Amino acid sequence: MLLIPCPWCGPRDEIEFRYGGQAHVGYPSDPDAMTDAEWADYLFMRDNPKGDWSERWMHAAGCRRWFNAVRSTVTHEIRSAYRIGEEPPP
Amino acid sequence: MTSRRRDAGGRGIDRERRIGFTFGSRPYEGLHGDTLASALLANGVDVVCASPILRRPRGVFSAGVEEPCAFVEVAAPRFEPIMPATAVRLVDGLVAEGRPGVGRLPGDDDGAPAADHRHLHVETIVIGAGVAGLRVAVDAARDGDRVLLVDERHWIGGTASGSDDVDGTAAPAWIAAAAAELAAAPEARVLTEATALGIYDDGYVVVYERSVPVARVWHVRAARVVVAAGAHERPIAFADDDRPGVMLASSARLYADRFGVLPGTRAVVFTTNHSGHDAALALADVGLELAALIDVGGGGPASDRARARGVDVRNGWAVTGTSGDPRVSAVHAAGPGGAAETFDADLLLVAGGWNPAVQLWRGINGGLRYDDARACFLPDGTGPRWLEIVGAAAGEGLPTVAPFWFTPAEDLTRHFVDLQRDSTVADVLDAVARDLRSTEHVKRQTYIGTAIDQGRTSGVLTAAIVNQAWGAGPGAQGPTNARPPYTPVPYSVLAGRDRGPTLLDPVRTTPIHPWHVEHGAAFENVGQWKRPWYFPANASEDLQAAVARECLAVRQTAGAMDASTLGKIELVGPDVATFLDRIYTNRMSSLAVGSIRYGFMLGLDGMVFDDGVAMRLAEDRYLITTTTGGAAKVMDHVEEWLQTEWPDLRVYATSVTEQWATVAVNGPQARAVLTALGTDIDLDAAAFPFMTWRDGEVSGMTARVARVSFSGELAYEINVSGHHGLAMWEAVMAAGAPIGLAPYGTEAMHVLRAEKGYVIVGQDTDGTVTPHDLGMSWIVRKDESDFIGKRSLRRPDTIRTDRKQLVGLLPADRDRWIPEGAQLVSPGSAEAAPPVPMLGFVTSSYRSPILGRTVALAMVEGGHDRIGTTIVAATTDGPIEAAVTTSVFYDPEGARREG
Repeated sequence: MLLIPCPWCGPRDEIEFRYGGQAHVGYPSDPDAMTDAEWADYLFMRDNPKGDWSERWMHAAGCRRWFNAVRSTVTHEIRSAYRIGEEPPP
Repeated sequence: MTSRRRDAGGRGIDRERRIGFTFGSRPYEGLHGDTLASALLANGVDVVCASPILRRPRGVFSAGVEEPCAFVEVAAPRFEPIMPATAVRLVDGLVAEGRPGVGRLPGDDDGAPAADHRHLHVETIVIGAGVAGLRVAVDAARDGDRVLLVDERHWIGGTASGSDDVDGTAAPAWIAAAAAELAAAPEARVLTEATALGIYDDGYVVVYERSVPVARVWHVRAARVVVAAGAHERPIAFADDDRPGVMLASSARLYADRFGVLPGTRAVVFTTNHSGHDAALALADVGLELAALIDVGGGGPASDRARARGVDVRNGWAVTGTSGDPRVSAVHAAGPGGAAETFDADLLLVAGGWNPAVQLWRGINGGLRYDDARACFLPDGTGPRWLEIVGAAAGEGLPTVAPFWFTPAEDLTRHFVDLQRDSTVADVLDAVARDLRSTEHVKRQTYIGTAIDQGRTSGVLTAAIVNQAWGAGPGAQGPTNARPPYTPVPYSVLAGRDRGPTLLDPVRTTPIHPWHVEHGAAFENVGQWKRPWYFPANASEDLQAAVARECLAVRQTAGAMDASTLGKIELVGPDVATFLDRIYTNRMSSLAVGSIRYGFMLGLDGMVFDDGVAMRLAEDRYLITTTTGGAAKVMDHVEEWLQTEWPDLRVYATSVTEQWATVAVNGPQARAVLTALGTDIDLDAAAFPFMTWRDGEVSGMTARVARVSFSGELAYEINVSGHHGLAMWEAVMAAGAPIGLAPYGTEAMHVLRAEKGYVIVGQDTDGTVTPHDLGMSWIVRKDESDFIGKRSLRRPDTIRTDRKQLVGLLPADRDRWIPEGAQLVSPGSAEAAPPVPMLGFVTSSYRSPILGRTVALAMVEGGHDRIGTTIVAATTDGPIEAAVTTSVFYDPEGARREG
């Protein structure tokens, strides 16, 4: 079970969180202007890297805040967690 | 039966404290400090159980959790389906019997063990309280760490022998000093009979502690996890290597040192390394007669030392087999140049080398490498940064080994490799002959490593045989992975107190629930909620009769339903109308204060996600309802969009489901019921029309009354504070009684809404259905503005005209009821050759009392274009023909609800 550093509550057990998939996939500003392929890409396609990636978590049994975290998909190690609206650390 | 307990020695037992126990229905006596295995050995019990498949007699083979032979069921004091006798601490009143490999589930009389779960945070957890683990724990405690030291055995000090030396001190004294220091350290805790079941991400360790009256599962989060699990001695395969009296050499030494038990009188020792010589000489010191020391190696200082003690050492020899019935009485050996000899012995001690206990390390991706000198797999130093491994588990102190895996022979069918699976060298070679190269595949062919011990004694041996058979080096591939739990743990222990109807999952009831119970309602579960299913009028009224009566009451007079479980979310803030426009398909911002609108929420994929009504309470305040089962997911949905995409919108959302109780009064006489209740709200249809709400007093209680209808009849939903829910319900029952009002449950509600073609999200929809598929295009606004899911409604797939669409079905035989879920096919399909195309399926199906016939709702390919045609439901009772219709069966003009 991961130990997830909620930016608001500190490190808590994974069981308190809900997973939200890849981070920084923003809702398009004008969906109507998008082609079917562009919309399908937004809707269905996500990265699947080996290594670090940014993903979304929500502290469902805690502060109920969404935030982003950088996690290694190889070791599951969470490198950092940061609040919505913040850029991922370099 | 002779006692094998020596008169002296045994530093782990208390000779003053005798312990009575029962094994296989016979009474025995052991000593405090014994394991069941040591007590059985002391009592001369050679055969503990039969082997699982071949039913060969098996005795005690080892002295720890690596045991592959001596399995028992423990009936008392606490039922354990199957345990190695070597891991059972002897306690007064212990009752056990042998089990051939397979346990049985506890019966009602056995009582599932209770267990508590505890959480602990430490800087350092050390797994294994041998000398290496104690050393780490003491150092950490001196540094001020919070320390947890756990060991699966019932003592600390591990397998250190009384004659060992640690840092210039005798081992027992060193261990006692370390234990005393830990006991005095305020932040150190030591648990015995506590097994680390697994190590997980970020220093999370689950420990099963058995030694307490109520077992405990410890959930430990540690900054640093140190594996000090020691090493397990491994056997060598030869003919009849499973005979009682064959034992690992180090285990025999432990039985003598710790328990004062000599597991035999005259032994042959079969070794690949000097630990075999050491064990032999230590045992000789306490009276074991040595018939011969068979050393596969070519000789060296250890052999010389043994010879100097007068031992018959045979370098370059190997044991070929054993004889005896059932216990070993003779050991056969062969030497260079065709030499062969048989030795009289009742004990054969085997020292095949050592397997570091790396299972826990490996389980969290600690890396391994093969070590040629010690002929074993060792940690290679890679792994999570918080994980360490020390002592024998890391290879420390392990002897150099002359690798020797099995004694060659023509017949290898009694060379047992995995004794708990009755698998032999012949089985392994048979798997190889079938071209299996991976030990993972060989495992699945032979079952080696699938037993309780997970291949502790057999894994490396099997890998070596496979490697050798394929002509690869001994380290080419290692054994299969062991997975948590490290040793078996009862499910009941993992469940702890999370069991039964109240603790496994919360049961949610409405404030009106006591009335339902008192009046004999039948209940159904909706999510965590208990909802009245129907209210039998008397003991003989069944579901169908009750539902028919309840439905007719609503259609002809009045009925009342407890609708408190509907999810309710209050949203407030200057931007609330903007927000609701984005999450509903229809426009909510244009709703007047005092009005109500029904709406759909879609997922981004355009599929119906949830439905409900929105009531505008004020310019900046709405109350929305959700389905009973969807309340939490809608709340999540609202919060997710507000937080992640539109944090600029000033909106707060609060779940108020349980703050309100709702009594829905439906039926042509609903207004009369409200009048009888007494209210200051003007009930005139012009003043209080359909799809509006009014605040006021009802029966002396503050209420919000909403004119919404899920039955199609005139309806008032009376919302009051949860505290007043029961009082309001009782008031409605009293006021309605003279009129003929009946309480009704969810089944009648389902029939009533199906008669009207109202869908239930999650029953008539399944996450692949758009509003257009439901024939509800009117609910999707046509203007330019965006809402969640809008773009998906014109994806190529969602505009297909042959999508499954909601239709009504009227069976040709008005009395035949089509089972929900039934597949729909074209007429004539019964005669057609399979495969028959499936056109769709039935989502809802009921007997409609008001229509006097059966009706159904269905999702059918291109269904809207099929209206007016005939379709066939394929059921186990034969085909049922039905007319395809619109989904509204009753009052299609919708006049009744207007009241």
